[in-house]
Amino acid sequence: MADLSCRLLVIGAGPGGYVCAIRAAQLGVETIVVEAEKPGGTCLNVGCIPSKALIHAADEFHRIASLGDSPLGIVSAQPTINFAKTVEWKDGIVNRLNTGVAELLKKSNARLISGSARFLDGKRVEVNGPGGVQIISAEAIVIATGSKPSELDGMPFGGDVISSTDALALAEVPKRLAVVGGGYIGLEIGTAMAKLGAKVTVIEFGEKILPQYDKDITQPVAKHLQQLGVEVMTRTAAKGHKAGTLLVESADGRKTEIPADKILVAVGRTPRTDRVGLAELSLTLQGPFIEIDDKCQTFMRGVYAIGDVTGDAMLAHRAMAQGEMVAELVAGRSRVWDKRCIPAVCFTDPEIVDYGLSPLSAEQQGIDVVTGQFPFKANGRAMTMENESGFVRVVARADNHLVLGIQAVGAGVSELSAAFALAVEMGARLEDIAGTIHAHPTQSEGLQEACMKALGQALHI
Amino acid sequence: MGIYTVLMPDVGEGIAEAELAEWLVQVGDKVREDDVLGVIMTDKAAVEVPSSVSGVVTWLGGEAGDTIAIGAALIKLEIEGDGNAEETVGEQTQTGNTLISAESESAATPAEPATRPVQELTLSVASRPVAPRRGEGEKPLASPAVRKRALEEGVDLRQVSGSGPAGRISHEDLDNFFSYAPVAPEKSTRGQNTDVSEIKVIGMRRKIAEKMALSKSRIPHITIVEEVDVNNLEELRAKLNQKHAGERPKLTVLPFMMRAIVEAVREHPEMNAHYDDESGVIYQYGGVHVGIAAQTPAGLTVPVTRHAEALNPWEAATEVSRLAAAARDGKASLDELSGSTITITSLGPLGALVTTPIINHPEVAIVGINKMNIRPVWDGQQFQPRKMMNISCSFDHRVIDGWDAAVFVQKIKSLLETPALLFVEA
Repeated sequence: MADLSCRLLVIGAGPGGYVCAIRAAQLGVETIVVEAEKPGGTCLNVGCIPSKALIHAADEFHRIASLGDSPLGIVSAQPTINFAKTVEWKDGIVNRLNTGVAELLKKSNARLISGSARFLDGKRVEVNGPGGVQIISAEAIVIATGSKPSELDGMPFGGDVISSTDALALAEVPKRLAVVGGGYIGLEIGTAMAKLGAKVTVIEFGEKILPQYDKDITQPVAKHLQQLGVEVMTRTAAKGHKAGTLLVESADGRKTEIPADKILVAVGRTPRTDRVGLAELSLTLQGPFIEIDDKCQTFMRGVYAIGDVTGDAMLAHRAMAQGEMVAELVAGRSRVWDKRCIPAVCFTDPEIVDYGLSPLSAEQQGIDVVTGQFPFKANGRAMTMENESGFVRVVARADNHLVLGIQAVGAGVSELSAAFALAVEMGARLEDIAGTIHAHPTQSEGLQEACMKALGQALHI
Repeated sequence: MGIYTVLMPDVGEGIAEAELAEWLVQVGDKVREDDVLGVIMTDKAAVEVPSSVSGVVTWLGGEAGDTIAIGAALIKLEIEGDGNAEETVGEQTQTGNTLISAESESAATPAEPATRPVQELTLSVASRPVAPRRGEGEKPLASPAVRKRALEEGVDLRQVSGSGPAGRISHEDLDNFFSYAPVAPEKSTRGQNTDVSEIKVIGMRRKIAEKMALSKSRIPHITIVEEVDVNNLEELRAKLNQKHAGERPKLTVLPFMMRAIVEAVREHPEMNAHYDDESGVIYQYGGVHVGIAAQTPAGLTVPVTRHAEALNPWEAATEVSRLAAAARDGKASLDELSGSTITITSLGPLGALVTTPIINHPEVAIVGINKMNIRPVWDGQQFQPRKMMNISCSFDHRVIDGWDAAVFVQKIKSLLETPALLFVEA
């Protein structure tokens, strides 16, 4: 195949890579993006999107299944689920989005080439695709190869030991599912499977589930897991497995055998840097991740890295923002990574939104803060939706009331993240949010009330 | 029995905290209503804090020298009947000591019974924030759009001050920065400087300006410049300084010039005078009060050496340096800065070749001393290196004719060139 040259070559068409390519092409930069799989990356194919589809289906099923004790007076026959159809529906969404991304790339004039890329040097990449091997040289190259689920020592993926990718592609709901890792991926899939009828056991090595959050935040999630019949074993490590059984050992040395048809290992994600030929480049690494500066530049001039290969937070929206920034840099504009913080959402039940500093992290950084927490128990809209668990919490500097962080846990709070993000990024003070009329009756009133509470003037609590 | 908490009073607008200067009571003391409990200092005044109740002191909110926020608990008293606070309230407000601001309402009315919930009270203590300056290493606060614009315009937002809440930098702040910011050095290393600084002419500078305008606009000046051979004078000066080194003040040219003026004025009393041009009267003075122009940090002043005719060179030198020091330190009295009858002006080593001194109104003459240096002088047969010094003297031409002025200058010249004449009684 003929060799190609371009101004910008993006390796990987995940959320970071395709956004980077679209933006660069929009700015008139001749751009090629190389992808070995379908465009959209982990997020779209085997992550955010299919998991949210699964969670939605599970929620719908569970809602009807648990109507039996509904105070609303609704009576229904026990539902059944044709899981094959659910999977088909989920795949339909993924396909639509695959096509959508490919079309967006095309519309913006970015060229999508199928194949796996490997660096020859800092300016040239060898692409091995269905049509053969070709060499693409570029003035700037962006590494956006993403990440893959981490394996556990002694329990490689295969057979009944599955990754999150496999879990989202199961043809049927396992009767008994063991989830190794109480982080957000394990809990999202575990909760959905429990709602679909699986007997789920979560094994967490740490003190509690969702170790990055404080107890106030995780407590409503833990409580609901219990209501769903999910068994959570903390301070417990997976030790191995045999057919239909997971062997675990607790911190005090107690060994248990957990019956499990499938074992989901969700203990983190590893950057996908192995098959790109990074050895041909002289990049500096930070642990397993590629080190970047505040312009996503690596140690080599003209070589950028974005998304999961650059480490935490391994989130699609961070990769997208990085991709957009790099595209503009390559197009000759002045850009720098100056975001105040990156939101994180867990689609557990209830959902968690985390933006900026928590009271604990503020304390660790030596910042004097005031906090205000407003429970959804006191929110009219939450009552009418039968979901009163959780709260909104705001963290602000004590001296000037600048909002440093907002956290919320509760049903549907992921949609409040826009307000949280805007408040922090725009540099709002408690008084700004407290002085903004929030529509009634909505859960968003919780944010206003939390700020009022921090100011000592809460009205509804 | 109840606990009554006295809060740090609001001692004035804009004051967020005050220093506890002194306690007048101790724990265990009985106090009556209106007894003074302690004294607090603000940067303006000392304020006594009276007790609004009678009771026994149970707790003091700090030691003398501590700085305490307005509205924080200052002292607690055990009183008959209900107090104004639960015990926990006191502890909570105690932590409020570290907060800079406070609700003025609670401070202004310390007697208000605090039935509000504990948490609300502590929060209200923090509810009026003062905007601190951006700390070292802290990121400037600005919306994404402002950040982007700054980046594209090449502005480091750390250099821009924000007028918004919590010091947030707005688009307007950026506009202001652009209109006032100096031209970036890399763009033009020798750019035009269009800065205009506005400096109000006030105080001392205004006085000087008025005085100069008066002198220069009212008095038609005639200036005569003459050169003086000061070899003999310098020789004498050096000998005297050597002889009395360490015992007497070092003599500069000034005491000799003062002496020369005294001697010259003896023959030309019209030079040592005030001309009241409004009433058309000239006052000639017997005593020679020599004003000596002196540069001070605040500007030009003219301290006056009185009765120079009665002083020997060392007395004159002592007086001149005393007055100069007093003027420089701003300690000269009004008396020492007025009443001169003739003035000497000298720029010392900066003395220049020629100056055109401005007469110190209402005087009629001023003697300017220029720089001394060695010049070649033709002695009739050859050039000789001689120490030469110019004197530039201005006269009020309304009352002094050119001829008289020239004679006066010549007299001074001859006295300085033959310094023995200075000390020979006529």
